Amino acid sequence: MIAEERLIIPKKISNRFLMMIGLGLVLLVAGIVLMMIAGPAHHDAHGAAAATGHHATTWYERFLANLWLNNVYFTGIAIVGVFFTAVQYVAYAGWSVLIKRVLEGLGYYLPVGGVIMLLVFLLPIIFTGHNPLFHWTDHSLYEIDGPNYDPIIAGKSGFLNIPFYTIRLVLYFASWIFFAWWLRKQSVAEDLNGGLTFYDKSIRISAMFLVVFGVTSSLSAWDWVLSIDTHWFSTMFGWYVFASWFITGLAATTLTVIILKQNGYLKMVNANHLHDLGKFTFAFSIFWTYIWFSQFMLIWYANMPEEVTYFRERMGGYEDHYTWILFTNLFVNFVFPFLVLMTRDAKRQMIMLKLVCVVVLFGHWLDFYLMIMPGTLRGDSGFGLIELGTALTFLGIFLNRFTKGLTEASLVPVNHPFLEESIHHHV
Amino acid sequence: MTNKKYVLGVFDDEEVLLHAIPNVRAAGTKIHECYTPFPIHGIDDAMGIERSRLPIAAFFLGCCGLAFALWLQIYTLGYDWPMIIGGKPNIALPAFIPVSFELTVFFTAHGMVLTFLIISGLYPKTNTQVMDPRSTDDKFIMAIEVKEGKTDMVQLSDLLRTNGAVEVNEKEVVS
Repeated sequence: MIAEERLIIPKKISNRFLMMIGLGLVLLVAGIVLMMIAGPAHHDAHGAAAATGHHATTWYERFLANLWLNNVYFTGIAIVGVFFTAVQYVAYAGWSVLIKRVLEGLGYYLPVGGVIMLLVFLLPIIFTGHNPLFHWTDHSLYEIDGPNYDPIIAGKSGFLNIPFYTIRLVLYFASWIFFAWWLRKQSVAEDLNGGLTFYDKSIRISAMFLVVFGVTSSLSAWDWVLSIDTHWFSTMFGWYVFASWFITGLAATTLTVIILKQNGYLKMVNANHLHDLGKFTFAFSIFWTYIWFSQFMLIWYANMPEEVTYFRERMGGYEDHYTWILFTNLFVNFVFPFLVLMTRDAKRQMIMLKLVCVVVLFGHWLDFYLMIMPGTLRGDSGFGLIELGTALTFLGIFLNRFTKGLTEASLVPVNHPFLEESIHHHV
Repeated sequence: MTNKKYVLGVFDDEEVLLHAIPNVRAAGTKIHECYTPFPIHGIDDAMGIERSRLPIAAFFLGCCGLAFALWLQIYTLGYDWPMIIGGKPNIALPAFIPVSFELTVFFTAHGMVLTFLIISGLYPKTNTQVMDPRSTDDKFIMAIEVKEGKTDMVQLSDLLRTNGAVEVNEKEVVS
């Protein structure tokens, strides 16, 4: 009988998460106040990509864009935890049993993410009539013969309208939270009772979830990220966002496993498990790049105006505002992990893996920055107190929920049928 | 032509062989090679075989492939016979990436096979001696080279039998 392993988060550490939230909020408020004093940023409307009918960005828009960016990012990490758990069940995988509780813990952020997502979308609409993040929520676009009538957006109104969007948003989160909870319930019950029934049931639940997630992952990416650039479309986009989420989730998992291991937990996890996690991080960095490039090259080659605007904004547009981010994005998310994690030794050493995971986690935050900011703030985005404060607050909330998930059950799933195989895992 | 003599320990089960290896090595006997019908997990470590350096070769082969692909495309499309395709510049790097990727993989894959054949001494017409044909069926063979005058055959045979060998044979190989 293998002993349970309970994670105990010292009060000092959990207070640090709360302090993180507090500090983040202080920085955020400071940033907002500074921006209010300085007045809205003025964007000079010259340069090829300057949008018509553009107005100055206010603190309110920047604040909303940051909330949305961080929430999409952390929700992605959370849902990938559930997704990867399900993949392990469906694949009858044995190696991952020892790290399974880390994956399950990630899902604990989902309810918070859902509430924030719903509020950030709906509150601006309730109070001001439209959400500045989403151009299509402006109802004057749909008034035929009105001065703002936009036939392209009006043509999309069957899908992009506020009630249907809200219903979809609620449905994504409801289904994700439901499956995360259902899988977790089996897993915890298995710890107490043992036997194969919970394992068999988990496989069936996972199979159902993967079908649901296959649809909802693409749909949510269209809703939450693609619809910001309302005129633009890309059939690769669902995969692109999913690839970014997936590698971020894997990096978060790997980093957590290493940190837990270095603090004396997960004693049975050894270099072989790290090697597998390293291989996943390596492989899915390349996968993300593959998707990124596939989307980029088709648009670049065809050079059709309605498609190419997306990359014009990000490469050279707004007086090169985003160009360096685009190349940094490719460097930290592809070149760096590709070269550093290439050798077998690097994947088995904690220090290298840790370095790559931290870089990749930051890199994909930048990736989402690059997806969301040009469409919402145009050339007025930046890296200031608002960005730092919001990111810190979200990180604090995320760690608070995540560690709650980790402490609620034994870190070792003691009655998992493949536990023995995972302990003796060798590559 | 020198002939080499080997003592072959024949085992029925891979687990028995796997346990016999450290014992035989601990007794100071150098194992020439083990022949098994299928790969046995952990046998490399047990026999003390170092990890292959093939991945290092693979990296450099990949670099060669990448360099060749870039040279090929930049030279042919940029200098030798410039053509305008789809209104793009003659040297349009994004368009070169798929070909560069393919050639990198091509060079790495073929180069690794060739490197492997060369370092294993598997040239054309190489006469490979099969120690015991049953190692392609259901027997696990451990081969130990016999050094004339140095190897105590009786002791070696005992060592193999006490460690689970069901037969101990001798074989002369023309090398």
